[in-house]
Amino acid sequence: MSREVVITGLGTVTAAGIGIEPLWEAVCRGRSLVGRIEQFDPSGFDLQIGGEVRGLKVNKIVPKSYRKATKVMARDIELAVAAADAAVRSAGLVTPGINGEDDATYAGERTGCHIGAGLIEAEREELTLAMVEARDSEGKFDLHAWGREGMGNLTPLWLLKYLPNMLACHVTIIHDARGPSNTITCAEASSGLSIGESMRVIGRDDADLCYCGGADTKFNLLTFQKQILTGRANTQDNDNPAAAVRPFDQSAAGTVYGEGSGIVCLESAQTAGARGANIIARLTGYGASQTINRTSDPLNPDANGDGIARAIDKAIADAKITCDDIDAIVAFGTAIPAYDRAESAAIGRVFGDRTKHLPIWSSKPYIGMCGAGAGGIDIAMAAKMLQEQKIPATINCDAPIDGLHCGSAPARDAELNHVLVYATSLGGQNVAQVLSRA
Amino acid sequence: MNDSNNNTPRVVITGIGWVTPLGHAIEPVWEKMLAGASAIRKTDGFDATTFPTGFSAEVRDYDHNDFVQHPDLHRGARPNSAFALGAARQAWAMSGLDDDGELDVDRVGVYLGAGEGSPNLFDHIEADFAGWDDERRGLDTVKWAQRAKTALSAAGEIEQETNMPLYHVANELGAAGPALNCLTACAASTQAVGEAVEILRRGDADAMVSGGTHTMIHPMGVTGFNRLTALSTQNDEYETASRPFNRNRGGFVLGEGAGIVILETLDHARRRGAQPLAEILGYGSSADAFRITDMHPEARGPMSAMRLALEDAGLTTADIDYISAHGTGTEENDKTETKAIKAVFGDLAKQTPVSSIKSMIGHLIAAAGAVELIACVLAIRDNVLPPTTNYTDPDPNLDLDYVPNEARKAEVNVCLSNSFGFGGQNDTLIIRRFTD
Repeated sequence: MSREVVITGLGTVTAAGIGIEPLWEAVCRGRSLVGRIEQFDPSGFDLQIGGEVRGLKVNKIVPKSYRKATKVMARDIELAVAAADAAVRSAGLVTPGINGEDDATYAGERTGCHIGAGLIEAEREELTLAMVEARDSEGKFDLHAWGREGMGNLTPLWLLKYLPNMLACHVTIIHDARGPSNTITCAEASSGLSIGESMRVIGRDDADLCYCGGADTKFNLLTFQKQILTGRANTQDNDNPAAAVRPFDQSAAGTVYGEGSGIVCLESAQTAGARGANIIARLTGYGASQTINRTSDPLNPDANGDGIARAIDKAIADAKITCDDIDAIVAFGTAIPAYDRAESAAIGRVFGDRTKHLPIWSSKPYIGMCGAGAGGIDIAMAAKMLQEQKIPATINCDAPIDGLHCGSAPARDAELNHVLVYATSLGGQNVAQVLSRA
Repeated sequence: MNDSNNNTPRVVITGIGWVTPLGHAIEPVWEKMLAGASAIRKTDGFDATTFPTGFSAEVRDYDHNDFVQHPDLHRGARPNSAFALGAARQAWAMSGLDDDGELDVDRVGVYLGAGEGSPNLFDHIEADFAGWDDERRGLDTVKWAQRAKTALSAAGEIEQETNMPLYHVANELGAAGPALNCLTACAASTQAVGEAVEILRRGDADAMVSGGTHTMIHPMGVTGFNRLTALSTQNDEYETASRPFNRNRGGFVLGEGAGIVILETLDHARRRGAQPLAEILGYGSSADAFRITDMHPEARGPMSAMRLALEDAGLTTADIDYISAHGTGTEENDKTETKAIKAVFGDLAKQTPVSSIKSMIGHLIAAAGAVELIACVLAIRDNVLPPTTNYTDPDPNLDLDYVPNEARKAEVNVCLSNSFGFGGQNDTLIIRRFTD
């Protein structure tokens, strides 16, 4: 018998800032946070807008004794560390990273950490600064010179800044989480899979508390250009950022990217109850699947929605409810037309006639698509929706495709008992979760 | 982990496959390992002659098209995906799942511990240099972007994503069940197998394709490890440079390749009359939570992973016939791992043979654990222990039985396999000879 799992803390770092509240306020007001990119001059790129996190100072967040370690944190790591801090505080937990060494709420051995990550690219300026020292007489990169002395210009710990498992490793060190730890790297499905696997870890009694979710930035220059190369970006609305991402709208023209992290605290219902924790929502269902796509193009999504639908079916069955019990959907909803159609097909397959009445909401018009961090943010939003019994505003959808129930609308109160969240990755990994009212 | 509930399914291994620096098929590679062969040569894949480390254990003469049935799917595969495909096809063929007419592909998942694809470094540098402003000593991102548009290709960049080996393997085999990839550095594929076992135990799949694949034998991979001073730099004695537990060890030697296992619930294997190669009994996962640069001096993470795996298996240290060490040949690992084994095994530590096949094939990073697990399966099958080679100068502080230099006949029924990642994620698996 698997133990019940509850969500007791929400930590998001997004274009809205640190913490769930500023994000919740923005989405309830219908205020998009997508804007022109400021951290570099984007004018040479086809895409020039996105959901940037502004003013993050991770050395002010970590304990004093850990400040030195922030020098070896890539941006993705900073986002995860900040989100974990917000999640721990939101859950009212005491850890060595927050209030001191002696009175931690949970033993380190009973605390797990599963933080999904993307492919972390080296900072181009840092790397180029070293590489230009290894140019030949014609100004070309000389591998011999690099091997002899050029590489010496990189800091010795250079590699450790960019290993994807460092998101979880820094969080485990800061908060003394010595239990099961993992780093799932399935692109946009990473967060959902990490939260699902954490749910199972607690369910089988290998931990009482897990910090889980994901973090990613798409604003490393190389990462950013890679996203544009996939042909999934909307490069036509650089002058109109707030309206650029139009999920499930007939005018959807692609997505824009963001940076962010969503980390939640999962606890066993029993230990959370014993400590009198504030239960934000219950995590009741999880399912995962792979899209089989033999078109020899990993960019090609799940055209008939089969893979996504199978993940959703499993999550609903796992929650021991039926599709009729789902009250709202937090969709992947990227506004990439082929993905929107695949999602619509999947929703249609699972929900049949109910599709036209089921509220579908996406975070992407507000904060952009945050890669491996996106699912954690979406799951945090679903938990918040259940807690507040409210569906945030839907923007940028005047003419929904396939008659979906996701046209632009202000935030509204709603009775929500079960909310479905799902994601699908470039590469075909699908994940779905059911969250239920506390 | 494995609660005492008798309803928890038993998980068995029904297929194994690997692509290693010693070859691309199970039997010849195993024979070479038992003979103590070294796969370490001067690095061929790029010109490393001036690098602090100019040698490695590379996969040679390998073409994934010799293995796959859907070559069109894999035209852009980077070496990591290509290695995984060959290993997966070997394991899949051995398992006999191809011939199972009743196979429910939605109940067949894939859980890999695969590393990222090798970067297209010279494409990236083209953009970097075009954007470089010598006077300002900074990047002009406008110029960078303009060159990157032509220097980079979509297909080439996407194949570097860490979930691409998973994409290739799942689509090649048609495995539509739960699909995950973890990248916990050097522990990744041991963790992947352990997590796949949990997916089978909880009933979310009937069979899982698991293991790992990786290469970091490329200029920036070697740069990263050279800067960390983690690699051996014994360029004049490269064939014997991987020296786990030896006093004159000088760091690890990079290897590359893939190891894939087919895991099934025992019921599923029985239904189709498959013969299990071994049973997976225990899995333990922990975090050091100490420092990203160093292992905990008391080895608390490795100790915890081994203890959790033993508890999960319902075994004691007296049951363990062989330990497949993480055994990288760095001073820190070898000392810490020895300390952890002593702490967990107590008086039995010195009687329990420990070896590291990294002495022969180098360190396959994310793929290391899966390849080592396969060596454990074969050790059980053949009642023989693979050696730690290059053990010529014992370190007086490290006094376990490291199976020096020569393979040893021994009764081997239960093996424990360790993998520890940079950053402090630790994983241990325990497997046993299969008996009804």
